[in-house]
Amino acid sequence: MTRRINWFFLASPASFFAVAGRLTPWFAGASVLLLAAGLYVGFGIAPDDYQQGSVYRIIYIHVPAAWMSMFIYLLMAGYGVLALTFNTRLSAMMVLALAPTGAWFTVIALITGSIWGRPTWGTYWVWDARLTSELFLLFLYLGVLALHHAHADPKRADRAAALLAIVGAINVPIIYFSVKWWNTLHQGASISLTAAPKMAMTMLTAMLLVALAAWCYTFAVSFTRVRTIILEREGRSDWLQKKVSA
Amino acid sequence: MSGGAALEARDLALERGGRRVLAGVSFRAVAGAALLIRGANGCGKTSLLRALAGFLQPAAGDVRWRGAALKAATADTLFIGHEAGFRPELTARENLVCALTLAGEPARAADDALARAGLTARADAAFGQLSAGQRRRVALARLFASTRALWLLDEPATALDDAGVAVLEDAVAQHLGRGGIAVVTTHRPLAFAGGRSVVNTQALEL
Amino acid sequence: MTTAERGVWSALRWAVARDLTLAARSPAAAVLAIGFFLLAAAIFPLGVGPEPEQLKRIAPGVIWACAALAMLAPLTRLYEPDYAAGVLEQLALSGRPLAALVGGKAIAHWLAIGVPITVAAPLTGLWFGLDTAAVLVLVATLAPGLATLTLLGGLCAALTLGADAGRGGGTPLIALLLLPLAVPVLILGAGAVDATENGLSPAPHLALLTAFLLVSLVVAPVATAAAVKIALE
Repeated sequence: MTRRINWFFLASPASFFAVAGRLTPWFAGASVLLLAAGLYVGFGIAPDDYQQGSVYRIIYIHVPAAWMSMFIYLLMAGYGVLALTFNTRLSAMMVLALAPTGAWFTVIALITGSIWGRPTWGTYWVWDARLTSELFLLFLYLGVLALHHAHADPKRADRAAALLAIVGAINVPIIYFSVKWWNTLHQGASISLTAAPKMAMTMLTAMLLVALAAWCYTFAVSFTRVRTIILEREGRSDWLQKKVSA
Repeated sequence: MSGGAALEARDLALERGGRRVLAGVSFRAVAGAALLIRGANGCGKTSLLRALAGFLQPAAGDVRWRGAALKAATADTLFIGHEAGFRPELTARENLVCALTLAGEPARAADDALARAGLTARADAAFGQLSAGQRRRVALARLFASTRALWLLDEPATALDDAGVAVLEDAVAQHLGRGGIAVVTTHRPLAFAGGRSVVNTQALEL
Repeated sequence: MTTAERGVWSALRWAVARDLTLAARSPAAAVLAIGFFLLAAAIFPLGVGPEPEQLKRIAPGVIWACAALAMLAPLTRLYEPDYAAGVLEQLALSGRPLAALVGGKAIAHWLAIGVPITVAAPLTGLWFGLDTAAVLVLVATLAPGLATLTLLGGLCAALTLGADAGRGGGTPLIALLLLPLAVPVLILGAGAVDATENGLSPAPHLALLTAFLLVSLVVAPVATAAAVKIALE
């Protein structure tokens, strides 16, 4: 006889607090191991690129970071939909917990993209489609964080930020494609970050390992952040008082 | 107006800014009844009114209007908060006509309503140029012209002189006489005696 | 027309009529918006030099960017005064579709602010040496483009309602929220003028701009109505 999983069990901050607390160290550990493995494959095993030499290896951080910056925004928007539709407090907190991590990945993508660009194009910045989209994605993240910060009432802040995240997510592909089109119109840099070199199996492996590491890191960090938010908000509630005095 | 109109709150709890401001509030008001909500500043009177209007979702318990749970703001309700929804750039008459048209109520009732609120002389003055008492009287005019079943009034007697308060009490009494319900937060005592009939008035202390 | 459609039209008419009346009583907002637009555009030649070829090349982007920026400050007048005066509560309780009321406010705002900026634009065309065809395309892109920005800007303005100015609200926050969303419109608008200058057809740009406007007309008022309800809590 199977029992229907009560998903709403996890939607209560009290239960999630405990579950998240137990899972976090595992995710943290996994992320360190996966990152070590990925960097070893990428920097140690994968061959040098015959044109760009060793410098291109920064792509093993840049590409996963860029992927994460977009996935996390979609995940954030997904939680936003849950928060506004089902009015669950936890979903709203997850929006706030994911935003800073997503923003940091965007920053890492921009910086690593810049570092890669310097030896390749001779300049730290070009207005290529990928970098430009990443830059505006960063502004979208900052917007969610700034909007949340601007509202003093936490419930209103959560709901406004959730709505903005949803609107932003709809716009992410629109912005990406319009920037791509703009880039082709203006005959920008002929070498673009989107023209990925044909990938050897080892290179793909390295990127996937680092991407998985990034996911584990994201879970670990967002869980920690959401637990902090829960503590801040539900500080006076019964279940927490019991925990503290136990 | 429907005889089945009833407003009910069951074990209502409300939160503002992460803080619980009300807990375990229950009451029932039927057609023709007034509910006076009294309490110190900051004890949740306005939050309760906003919850009854459907703006604020309760943290616990529920609000029931006409037997069904209240999910959102409904067109049965007339809500007049501290700010009554009038723009300073428009005249008193324009504001009133605008508000009535918006609410789907007959705009031709505006002049009569302004007269009963004692504002005929200042009807064409910009709302922003009226005194606080006169602005409150424009809200009174809104009351006279309204045909809605449930009135939620947040400290409607503020800034009114004794004559104004009498007009307010008169307007509410007439509304109750027609079978309406009024929920009024107030600091000062208000009495809604409609002519000869004793009006059912409950008091809720927060 | 079904009852629902009549309800939507009637709500739109009410909102447009009221907001236009209010705008007519405060013409300063439109005048300041035009002033900001022209002034911002005018300082560019001072920065980059008066060389005509260069000005002609940067004109589409500069003029479009200045128009978008000029739309920002007036957005605070779209919802804040109604929020402070308790009008939003009345809108929510009116029994009329809130999205239609919100859409009407956006239409009135575009007529009061967006259209004046669009009308002033040919002057900047003159300053930057655009030829007639390019100026016509500029106006043709600004009309739907600024309308789209009004719809998106209204959403951003509604999201910031109730935000504490001390914690970072107001125009800068609206700018941070709106400008990333404005990127496609800006690219298309400036791109159309640029294409005209280079002898290419601006038709695809104009078509896409219209498409964006139509999508925004449907989506933005609904999202904005949700934001207004959040602000009323």
